[in-house]
Amino acid sequence: MFAYYLDLALRSLKRSPGLTLLMVLAIGFGVAASMTTWSVFRAVSGDPIPWKSSRLFVPQLDIWGPDSRKKGGYTDISDAFDYTDALALMRDHRGKLQSAMYQVSPSVVPADAAKHPINVSGHAVFSEFFPMVEAPFKYGSGWSAQDDQNRSHVLVLSDKLNQKLFGDVNSVGKSVNIEGKDYRVVGVVDRWNPQPRYYDVVNTGGFVGDGAEDVFLPFNTAIDVGMPNNGNTNCNEIPKEAGFIGLQHSSCVWIAYMVELDSATDVDSYKNYLDGYMRQQQQAGRFNWAPKYKLSDLPAWLDSEHVVPDDTKVSLLVALGLLIVCLVNTAGLLLAKFLRRSGEIGVRRALGAPRAAVYAQFLTEAGMVGAAGGVLGLLLTGVGVACVGWVLPKDIAALARLDVSLLAMTLVVAVIATVLAGLYPTWRASRVQPAWQLKSN
Amino acid sequence: MNIQIRPILVALRRHKAGTLLIALQIALTLAIVCNALFIIHQRLTNLSEVSGVDESSVFVIRNQWAADWPTPQVDAQVKADLLALRQLPAVRDATPVSGGYPLSGGGWDNFVTLTPDQPKPVTDSAVYTGDEHYIDTLGLRLIAGRNFRPDEVMVMGTQQSITPAAAIVSKALADKLFPDGNALGKSFYAMSPTPSTIIGIVDPLHRQGVDQYSNGYAGQALIWPLRADDSRGIFYMVRAKPGQLAAAMREAPQALYAQSRMRIIDPKDGIQDYATIRRKVFDSDRGMAILMGIICVVLLAITAAGIVGLTSFWVGQRRKQIGVRRALGARQRDILTYFLTENFLISAAGVALGTVLAIAFNLWTVTRFAMSPMSMAYVGVGVLVLILLGQGAVLAPALRASRVSPVEATRSV
Repeated sequence: MFAYYLDLALRSLKRSPGLTLLMVLAIGFGVAASMTTWSVFRAVSGDPIPWKSSRLFVPQLDIWGPDSRKKGGYTDISDAFDYTDALALMRDHRGKLQSAMYQVSPSVVPADAAKHPINVSGHAVFSEFFPMVEAPFKYGSGWSAQDDQNRSHVLVLSDKLNQKLFGDVNSVGKSVNIEGKDYRVVGVVDRWNPQPRYYDVVNTGGFVGDGAEDVFLPFNTAIDVGMPNNGNTNCNEIPKEAGFIGLQHSSCVWIAYMVELDSATDVDSYKNYLDGYMRQQQQAGRFNWAPKYKLSDLPAWLDSEHVVPDDTKVSLLVALGLLIVCLVNTAGLLLAKFLRRSGEIGVRRALGAPRAAVYAQFLTEAGMVGAAGGVLGLLLTGVGVACVGWVLPKDIAALARLDVSLLAMTLVVAVIATVLAGLYPTWRASRVQPAWQLKSN
Repeated sequence: MNIQIRPILVALRRHKAGTLLIALQIALTLAIVCNALFIIHQRLTNLSEVSGVDESSVFVIRNQWAADWPTPQVDAQVKADLLALRQLPAVRDATPVSGGYPLSGGGWDNFVTLTPDQPKPVTDSAVYTGDEHYIDTLGLRLIAGRNFRPDEVMVMGTQQSITPAAAIVSKALADKLFPDGNALGKSFYAMSPTPSTIIGIVDPLHRQGVDQYSNGYAGQALIWPLRADDSRGIFYMVRAKPGQLAAAMREAPQALYAQSRMRIIDPKDGIQDYATIRRKVFDSDRGMAILMGIICVVLLAITAAGIVGLTSFWVGQRRKQIGVRRALGARQRDILTYFLTENFLISAAGVALGTVLAIAFNLWTVTRFAMSPMSMAYVGVGVLVLILLGQGAVLAPALRASRVSPVEATRSV
């Protein structure tokens, strides 16, 4: 029976090629626009570490007080740490794994004097950073807590920098010269560039394109050698002393912090700890406002940092609007098309076809339009994803991917949406009174 | 001409669903097109913002130091670099900058107050640093006061905070701080215990950023006479002689490497002319405008095609009635007017609903996405566009209807 309906649908669609083409075009464009913007939205709103994001937390401490928020017109408390509090939290070590981190951009001096020094990007972190974010190692591993304490001159390289400096070999144990000081390689991270860069969204805004981090070195060591912070620095008041030391003594915020807490009990006790810490600071006379802190899990944190750009959301909404208009348009055209065939329906019904048969016939026809629109949509989505770098910022557009799930979804959305749009016209068609049609003919 | 509206309404009642669908489509199209037009216009306005910089001949060099030098050594190198740059045949002038430059994207900004302990700042200002060559290098227009003197330029080490006693400010900042004019010679505090006195006013001077926050303080910027001898690196802004930008951009890095090799100038994007800087900073604005433009065109095309399709169907359905009307004396023009009026009535209902939807959508984006409220002019333009589009779309089927011969009335179906 289905084959018969397919044949009927094909004949009907062929009878008015203009109208059919119009519906297919509308569905194709509508679906392609939605799917293209969806691919971008999906890429930027994805969970960078889905198996663990609910166990990773970012604390925030209100060290500037309500006046600072009034001054700047903000509502949220500062989203980064000053040096004093970051170190205090590290010392107390109340989470399962935790790390304070700051962005650095040192220069690496190649052993070969003829080569130019190169500028690299990276983070100064604590040893627990690597197990916490589950960074994949190609060679070696992260450094130990002992290295943190001893301020050892060790580092972890990216696969890319390792290639550049040593070629594709296991460089563990070799030495790298950073700004005149030697560091021993303890590990090489295998291609790892999570998007968004969730462990430090304050400095990156989340998306940094293909620029994976080149080096990680121990936080205490970086502080020790005076490797300055290369990320954002926000100050409520001008630091009293100059230089990087002055920044460490100031209340300026420039350090990111992340902690892993494995159970609800752990989360509660960590909250208690933060509350206690802030109370203690207040009692010590550091500030005179009510202690305030925040502890967000990773998804909530990414949301509050607006990692998904507003432009991306607005584009998606507008494209969905376009799809809806296309569907309304298709519903109108299908209605016209189906009712034009009232005579034919009347004959079928009079010959004994039940309403269900009319439904099946016309929904098949709608589905066929949807499938054709979906195929066109596939092509247009392909073009759209390829060209999206042309209209959206490169670092975000580069994340949009054409994969099987997107293609399958394009087809499914096209067919389902068109069948939905065809429901009302089909219902109207099934209500056609056979007697009426036969009489008037 | 006497247009009969009643018979049209009666006829439409027989096509309730089709009529509603077209009206709904017009309403949704209007809501989306208005908001898209609004976004496009906003973004295009951004694109044409003036920076105040002589963009055709200025370029920026991002110079990072490959060694951890103490401030005096950095200062000596910076001075030598600048001297070398200024002596190049294709170069007119050069200046050391930090904290960003106009249209650089992000950078340094400070709250500004009129007294040191004022709790709520008057405004926020972009902070630029440079030496006595800053104004000439960027090609800024000094509209009052004077330039920095060489002896006013101070050295600022790594992450050091220095408040110079003199500052040159943009006219926008001067007007904001001192609305009754006469800003020259007056002082302000930019998150510092000591004041800076305004010795000169330039106009215009764009901030670093083009984001929502910066746009709230548009054009408000100050220049401090500082040579930023940061151990990490420095930006050099260089102004080429007219027409010699390419030559200057070639000569400059060679001259710098000849001074010292302990530096890194990224071969890929270490040197950028202002065309590139402008293109990069407005990337997302341009993209949004293009995307919204594409969506508008597709939407209007689909809606127009939908109207053509449905009206054609109605015309086909009513050939007999049209024939009867013609046989009873209706002129071709009357038939044409009938369909145009019918479409106008549907469109009018559609745009009425669409106006409500458009405003509601805009208000929602204002609260949800920090967009700005839309002026009613966009709705006006959208209504006009859709009415004209509807009339244009219906014209072809209506003309075909008007050519239906009165003979049709006599033919049985």
